[in-house]
Amino acid sequence: MSLYQELPDNVFITSIDDVLGWSRKHSLWWMVFGLACCSIELMHTGGPRADIERFGAAPRGTPRQSDLIIIAGTLTYKMASRLKLLYEQMAEPRYVISMGSCSNCGGLFSSAYSVVKGVDQIIPVDIYLQGCPPRPEALLEALVALQGKVQKEKFLRK
Amino acid sequence: MLREYGSVLIFTLLSIGFMFGMLFVSKIIRPNRPNPMKNSPYECGEVPVGNAWVNFNIRYYILALIFLLFDVEIVLILPVAVVYKDWINNGTGLIALIELMLFVAILLVALIYAWGRGDLSWIKGYKSSEKSETNKR
Repeated sequence: MSLYQELPDNVFITSIDDVLGWSRKHSLWWMVFGLACCSIELMHTGGPRADIERFGAAPRGTPRQSDLIIIAGTLTYKMASRLKLLYEQMAEPRYVISMGSCSNCGGLFSSAYSVVKGVDQIIPVDIYLQGCPPRPEALLEALVALQGKVQKEKFLRK
Repeated sequence: MLREYGSVLIFTLLSIGFMFGMLFVSKIIRPNRPNPMKNSPYECGEVPVGNAWVNFNIRYYILALIFLLFDVEIVLILPVAVVYKDWINNGTGLIALIELMLFVAILLVALIYAWGRGDLSWIKGYKSSEKSETNKR
């Protein structure tokens, strides 16, 4: 990868970056990681009304095939080590959407002894999505925001 | 005639070339940063314990064979049970019953054989453990 890291920012390279970003942002396969009631809204987002797959975001069952993990629900300390391992097993580049108050900061259960006070204490988070639980439309907006972030990335020089 | 197969050949070559081209392009641009944690086997987030090549106890082998005995019995008897009422109305119910009993009796012989050898008991008796004693590691 050292060759790409010395590339100049000329017209040719940046248009390659644009094409790569365009194709990557429309193929964000996400890993199913429903922990609590937010995963019900996650299922609705995959349903016909919201239909997350029209953005190219297909649900996958294994971290090997996914670029994005949507953490939907309350993360407990017992689950946190599993989440860390699953995140590490995902292929790079990988993105994280923290869906709902519980995964953002512990939410309703933030004073419970067993709940992690925010997923960002375990893994880096790209998009924080507020709501308890967020509606499917909100999750779509989070995905579109993540797509904007992916488009702006200089993938070749990462 | 033969020339028409030329288009098939061209299609084949194109598709093979397209496949390897895609693999080559993705090989160039994808990041490759393996580490031990990433390469560890995917077990739904659990840390894998031990080796995947586990030696099962040989005693399960006999149990699986005996399961097969009853499995076949169920598979062949259940369809009869579904249509048995019609057969009674046809007057062939008694013959079917005798045939079924014969079938069960034949399979029962196999069960009695396994029973007699002491394969049904999990902890083997002295007589059958004589052979396994020599095979112990």
